[in-house]
Amino acid sequence: MKIHEYQGKAILKKYGIPIQDGLVIENLSDAEHVVDQVRREFNTEAVVIKAQIHAGGRGKGGGVKFSSTKEKALENIKNILGMNLVTHQTGPSGQIVRKVFITEAIDIQKEFYAALTLDRSRGEHIFMVSTEGGMDIETVAAKTPEKISKVWINPLVGMKTFQARNLAYGLNLTGDALKTAIKVFLKMYKCYQETDASLIEINPLVLTADDKILALDAKFNFDDNAQYRQNEITEMRDLFEEDPTEVEASKFNLNYIKLDGNVGCMVNGAGLAMATMDIIKLAGGEPANFLDVGGSANVDTVKNGFKIILSDDSVKAILINIFGGIVRCDRVANGVIQAVKELNLIVPVVVRLEGTNSVEAKEILFNSGVAIIPADSMQDAARKVVNAALGNQE
Amino acid sequence: MSIIVNKNSRVIVQGITGSEGTFHATQMMEYGTNIVGGVTPGKGGMTALDGAVPVFNSVEEARKKTNANVSIIFVPPAFAAEAIIEASDAGIEVIVCITEGIPVHDMVTVKKIIDANGTRLVGPNCPGIITVDECKLGIMPGFITRRGTIGVISKSGTLTYEAIDQLVKVGLGQTTAIGIGGDPIIGTDMRSILELFEKDEETEAVVLIGEIGGQMEIDAARWAKANMTKPIVGFIAGQTAPPGRRMGHAGAIVSGGDDTAEAKMRILAECGITVCESVADIGIKTLEVLNKD
Repeated sequence: MKIHEYQGKAILKKYGIPIQDGLVIENLSDAEHVVDQVRREFNTEAVVIKAQIHAGGRGKGGGVKFSSTKEKALENIKNILGMNLVTHQTGPSGQIVRKVFITEAIDIQKEFYAALTLDRSRGEHIFMVSTEGGMDIETVAAKTPEKISKVWINPLVGMKTFQARNLAYGLNLTGDALKTAIKVFLKMYKCYQETDASLIEINPLVLTADDKILALDAKFNFDDNAQYRQNEITEMRDLFEEDPTEVEASKFNLNYIKLDGNVGCMVNGAGLAMATMDIIKLAGGEPANFLDVGGSANVDTVKNGFKIILSDDSVKAILINIFGGIVRCDRVANGVIQAVKELNLIVPVVVRLEGTNSVEAKEILFNSGVAIIPADSMQDAARKVVNAALGNQE
Repeated sequence: MSIIVNKNSRVIVQGITGSEGTFHATQMMEYGTNIVGGVTPGKGGMTALDGAVPVFNSVEEARKKTNANVSIIFVPPAFAAEAIIEASDAGIEVIVCITEGIPVHDMVTVKKIIDANGTRLVGPNCPGIITVDECKLGIMPGFITRRGTIGVISKSGTLTYEAIDQLVKVGLGQTTAIGIGGDPIIGTDMRSILELFEKDEETEAVVLIGEIGGQMEIDAARWAKANMTKPIVGFIAGQTAPPGRRMGHAGAIVSGGDDTAEAKMRILAECGITVCESVADIGIKTLEVLNKD
């Protein structure tokens, strides 16, 4: 799960990490008095107007504007609030800006990068900082890896002060700024642990003109598996930032991701679902979605799956690929028939059922009188569904 | 021969009285797995599986009274990490955890503890392991397997079944099939399974099924290039997966670099692995590499 910058900063603030502070608005009518309030409360002449969307690259897309006067601030808010912000992370369709964060303006001396995440291969947490703040860290890692300092944190031991110190030295800090940075890094790790974050990225972390350390941005990712014990975090979820169909699918415990093609698919198991998308592509088609129906493929799952897939108008044919282990194929077959009848499906449906009771399942499909195209193997199924999507009769 | 588990494995089931635990324990017993007991705190002294096995309050008690050396875990995600630690601390040698949805921070801690204790953990979020005709631990459908000479390693459940099914259809049986799980932190990685299959006298070839995300397939392939004499057939799922999206498995997310399907397929091939572009070719390619030798 992701959250907005303003929410991330509120969490950092709670942990005692200095931030570039401000207030958030959703309605243009609040702009004037909130701009006044920010200028008064944070003792700042200029303010920064920052579009709040989950994607990165907001500045380059025109979603972050320095505003030296109140009039400029109001003009920028008017332009940004409600705009369709396109960045390299939103994709070409962009994301509507529903909230703007009005923050104090900061005089920056230096920009750094700081991030904490999981290093899967070592099975430890990794804390990275770089003197090259404000840049894409992948680029820094590729071109100037010596500018990145890293420490690995054993969860049984926790983060030690010497590790935070080494990171701070890696940023060439001295004096009070060095001391603050050490505290900030230790607090970041505490925050990372306690909130079940899978990523905290502060880019940039800045040294201000008056030698203070402060987070100018905050990006958090959280572990979905831990939502049950992170109510405060879970409440920060902003459904407007997610694909509405994917949100709908999650209500039915279906794992759906929309793609750009026209061949819908419904599969049990994530690995098999990906392999099904891949074989559709190899057969000359383009998958319209990833859809894992999980361990229970019954009438309701199949029906909801059809509804979700068909909410995408570009879908021209659907492939159901179920390998029955614990799931019985005859039950799935009955579910498919019932769903096709009840929903009055007009797009062609190719069904491949393998595993437990698959022979019975094929008979059920054959005798149903419902226009389902049966398939024997994944190869056969992919070829048939791609053909059907093209409108070819077999 | 086989790897990790066999007919001599003495198995306890943690969470045996829950609905999942009862259902799958029954299936495992029917397959022939030597289940010697179960653990559900608060239900010690009762029996499970229609009176067939005793239930204990703790893994320690279960191990002492039954001499169990293997545990399979079917407990909810909020309690599963602790269940693994409990089994490891009680001296269980092999733990298979089926539970899906354990918080990653918990698993990072668990991994450190089991590594220190020298426990082998398979999973979590995995379909389990089958040594054909000897021992089934987990939720794989036993009836699709045939005893033979192919080792199977996979991150996912139903894709493992697909591979096994294709092998059987071209006349090839399996020694052991293992689903290692699709989470970011898992107990046993592909490389260590390859090492076990390499040492196993009965296994003649290995099918390795990976997916997008992480570096595990690449580590395994590089190890195999330097150390493995047996042929490997590989497949990577997720060629069409968009970057930055989690494709079902928590670990299946392309974050740039070497973790795309394309990059993994290329590196596997460079390491001498026979790579299947299509999932439909797993069976036939395995037959081909065996005939080549």
